[in-house]
Amino acid sequence: MRITGAEALVKSLQAEGVEVIFGYPGGVALPIFDALYDVESPRTILVRHEQAAVHAADGYARVTGKPAAVIVTSGPGATNTVTGIANAFMDSVPMVIITAQVATHVIGTDAFQESDMTGITIPITKHNYLVKESAELPNVIKEAFHIATQGRPGPVLIDLPVDVSKGELDFDYSRPVNIPGFKPTYKGHSKQIKQAAQLIAKARKPLLYAGGGVLSSGAWKELKELAELMQLPVVTTLMGKGAFPEDHHLFVGMPGMHGAKYTNYAITETDLLIGVGVRFDDRVTGKLAAFATKAKVIHLDIDPAEIGKNKAVDVPIVGDAANGLSAIIDELRKMGAEPRTDAWMRVIDDWRNRFPFHYHTADGVLMPEYVVERIRELTKDRPTVICTEVGQNQMWGCQYTKIREPRTWVSSGGLGTMGFGFPAAMGAQVGRPEHLVIDIAGDGSFQMNSQELATVFINRIPVKVVILNNGVLGMVHQWQELFYDKRYASSILGQDSPDFVKLAEAYGCLGVRATTAEEVDAALQQAFDYDGPAVVDCRVTEEACVWPMVAPGGSIDEMLGGIPGGPVSEMLDGELLEEVWE
Amino acid sequence: MHHTLSVLVENKPGVLTRVASLFARRGFNIDSLAVGITEDPTLSRMTIVVSAEDTPLEQVTKQLHKLINVLKIQDLDPKEMIDRELVLFKVNAPPERRHEIIEIANVFRAKIVDVGKNSLTIEATGAGDKLAAMEDLLRAYGIKELARTGKIALARGSKDPQ
Repeated sequence: MRITGAEALVKSLQAEGVEVIFGYPGGVALPIFDALYDVESPRTILVRHEQAAVHAADGYARVTGKPAAVIVTSGPGATNTVTGIANAFMDSVPMVIITAQVATHVIGTDAFQESDMTGITIPITKHNYLVKESAELPNVIKEAFHIATQGRPGPVLIDLPVDVSKGELDFDYSRPVNIPGFKPTYKGHSKQIKQAAQLIAKARKPLLYAGGGVLSSGAWKELKELAELMQLPVVTTLMGKGAFPEDHHLFVGMPGMHGAKYTNYAITETDLLIGVGVRFDDRVTGKLAAFATKAKVIHLDIDPAEIGKNKAVDVPIVGDAANGLSAIIDELRKMGAEPRTDAWMRVIDDWRNRFPFHYHTADGVLMPEYVVERIRELTKDRPTVICTEVGQNQMWGCQYTKIREPRTWVSSGGLGTMGFGFPAAMGAQVGRPEHLVIDIAGDGSFQMNSQELATVFINRIPVKVVILNNGVLGMVHQWQELFYDKRYASSILGQDSPDFVKLAEAYGCLGVRATTAEEVDAALQQAFDYDGPAVVDCRVTEEACVWPMVAPGGSIDEMLGGIPGGPVSEMLDGELLEEVWE
Repeated sequence: MHHTLSVLVENKPGVLTRVASLFARRGFNIDSLAVGITEDPTLSRMTIVVSAEDTPLEQVTKQLHKLINVLKIQDLDPKEMIDRELVLFKVNAPPERRHEIIEIANVFRAKIVDVGKNSLTIEATGAGDKLAAMEDLLRAYGIKELARTGKIALARGSKDPQ
């Protein structure tokens, strides 16, 4: 039977099991939206800005592991998705973005609402397509989902001219995908697996360093099994939060610029760093020349280009995290390897006791850290997804929450996209309707996509936005305070405009305010119990800085602020250290 | 150090942009680039000459491998490859000096492909050093215009799998 390209697109999305589309129509996208009008699934959620559609698909994918689709019109609709796509690309999030395009016969004539989307998105997509014939559509869509989800995940864009949507084809989705230039390696090389196991069995001060790849691969069980089998301490990156339960005694925090001192000491002191699904990002390593200098390095990643990119590696393993970790576990079992990290864990515990995160309180001052702590405590017994915006709010979110389940932490890592958290929370809530979904926000970031309050109200998406409203662009302000002589250029927003309570109410959402520590619990509880979207405006002090902090370009064991201590060479307990080597 | 990369890609629109922009994005300057269809019409071969140290080049090669349209990359060993380039020189050639120029062309086994009132156009092929030497000699007469194809290369037959 002959159907239109737009109908074929809908059928293809159904065949891929896509449950939700975040979209925004426009001239040349009309055939597609018309074809979606009568279908139950996928459900289409109309956003208020195309950037938010992409962040929503991003949040959805992070909590479900499944790709969502984004459909927007050509020109400005399409270019508005760029920041969202770049964000998903940096954080390896699978999704398929369909941008409508002007008709094929006017492409290249500067037609109304024409923009070269395949050209624009080459550097920020895993791959992209411009479809020229309706008959190509099913195969292109099938390939796009295959590429987005296999190997290291990422966004794939399909540019779809209006005549291709309207043209007819015989629909056939049975052709198998065969892309000669795309064959990811899942199974690690056995020789390297063996070498890795031998190093792990021998190491006295080993450290597992786990990232987003563990979550993409669904390897959290294997990670925990390996950690427990050999009693290996584990650090997880911002992207890896939730890959290992943060209330586990082997959990040693998040490394890097705003990580805990004990975490950065452990990395600096380890003799075997086992990187799994990580990319040795500069926010983790600080000064590379001083990063984990005492350690042999094992690096397991599905993307060969990540191995050796920033840090030289002793044992490179190209492969999927779950596959690689279980092979290492098997090898260790075969060897009869026994844990020997007892004394090393005591060294770490000693640091952990001496250098916890902490903040000062003063009467009548609401501290942002306190708000995050209360979110943590009030959601202890409730399945919760925590999302963050970008900046101080995000770092306090990292420091003061305890993420216990995989895929319940959503934060913009590589790109650091302000405005990400709220629409991502919206997508996360669609993916996990039973969870309490909270966006820890800053007043600056929230304003970059606050228009989505309309989307969450109309679509009954009950996300809770908790704004740490300090009236300034907090992280910028902090850097100006520390490194720019307290010259607060363009970083003052003011706490009163907008009035976030009234803003929430204007959209039909619940708005609550807390101005003192005493008011925080009641305000949060009211929002969390409310059967709909809510905004909590927490009027926190602008004085608070995120501590501790690695100075830009500095070595990670020499941190500013926090409880005085470091570098690691001065922080070692001699007696304990001797026990490590006994 | 100069590397000659022989890159087998799908013969599809936009592939050249993807490859070229990847080099630019990762901070590499392409010295020369030649593209053409291969014995299989669905595939093209790009011969790319870049100057880079080994470690950064390995990184860009790995990134290149991630492009969906790229099938195979060889970093050709200069001792184990055949490389050629074609150059057209349009040289100032008043009638009284034509003879000398034709002689230079003959020495380099180059061909005279066009004769004007005051110019000669010479077609020369060969490896880079030969063409450089010829260019050097011709410069004395005044090169009016020059066009080159960029290097193309293949690994020697002795390197083929048996």
